[in-house]
Amino acid sequence: MATLDKITKALQRIPYAQTLGVKPIIIGKEFTLVMPYVESNIGNPVLPALHGGAISGLMEIAAIAQLFLSTDGQGLPKPIGINVDYLRKGNPKDTYARALIFKQGSRVANVRVQAWQGDYDKPIAAMHGHYLTAKAE
Amino acid sequence: MASDEFIQRLWEMGPTFTEATPHSKKLGIKFVAVDKGSATMSLPYNPDLIGDPDTRVLHGGAVSTLLDQACGLAAIAGFDTPSACATLNLSIDYMRAAKPGETIIAQAHCYKATKHVAFLRAVAHDGDEMDPIATAQATFMATGPQIMAQQKKKQKGSE
Repeated sequence: MATLDKITKALQRIPYAQTLGVKPIIIGKEFTLVMPYVESNIGNPVLPALHGGAISGLMEIAAIAQLFLSTDGQGLPKPIGINVDYLRKGNPKDTYARALIFKQGSRVANVRVQAWQGDYDKPIAAMHGHYLTAKAE
Repeated sequence: MASDEFIQRLWEMGPTFTEATPHSKKLGIKFVAVDKGSATMSLPYNPDLIGDPDTRVLHGGAVSTLLDQACGLAAIAGFDTPSACATLNLSIDYMRAAKPGETIIAQAHCYKATKHVAFLRAVAHDGDEMDPIATAQATFMATGPQIMAQQKKKQKGSE
């Protein structure tokens, strides 16, 4: 899988992606990012629940990785603004995220990301964001 | 009105709020200050959080986690009866890249708290508040149980 190799290599160079422990996988034909459960991603040890920041970090990396693929690896996109809705408690288990590029302009891309655990149709969080991308010529 | 006792309890809770949170501890987020409806936290530069290996700039996710954590404490400090709370929505504008090597400071302010929902604004900067790295707007939901009631019970129990 050329796509998977390319994105795996790119993520290995990003220390923050390693800190969260995210890994790219292909589900069906779609590139998906998985964040296997680790204790260090917990935000509320009483419940317990994942940290909102870890979930948003996963989704931000998913957005950047998707844009990286679509611009054929021409530099990393820079975030302009993101908006995260937390929909359900992040249980202490593996979390998945998939990004969709809603619109790719010449400079700015609009990306939507969904994060889920057991069931894709029961998302734990949703994000949309704007990113400044390398000019795709 | 925030009583001295209320603020003292917030200060007692502040350091544990970051240290007892595994993900904050992992990133290195530090408690700085708390007051009625406001909180300040810092994130010292940490190479493990780099988002762009060429520029060594921290990843946006690390900044959003810091802002989320600071808003969380400000929300607790904003409710009349402080309670555990969960993020409903977090919206962040990234104004510029964080300077490699600099500590990031996040200041969060709860400008309105109803019985169950807190509305917050926060700013992240590296020394000059007027030159922000990022700003955030967030809403938090009180999920209970009421933290201070619990603390009081614990203290009574240990006396």
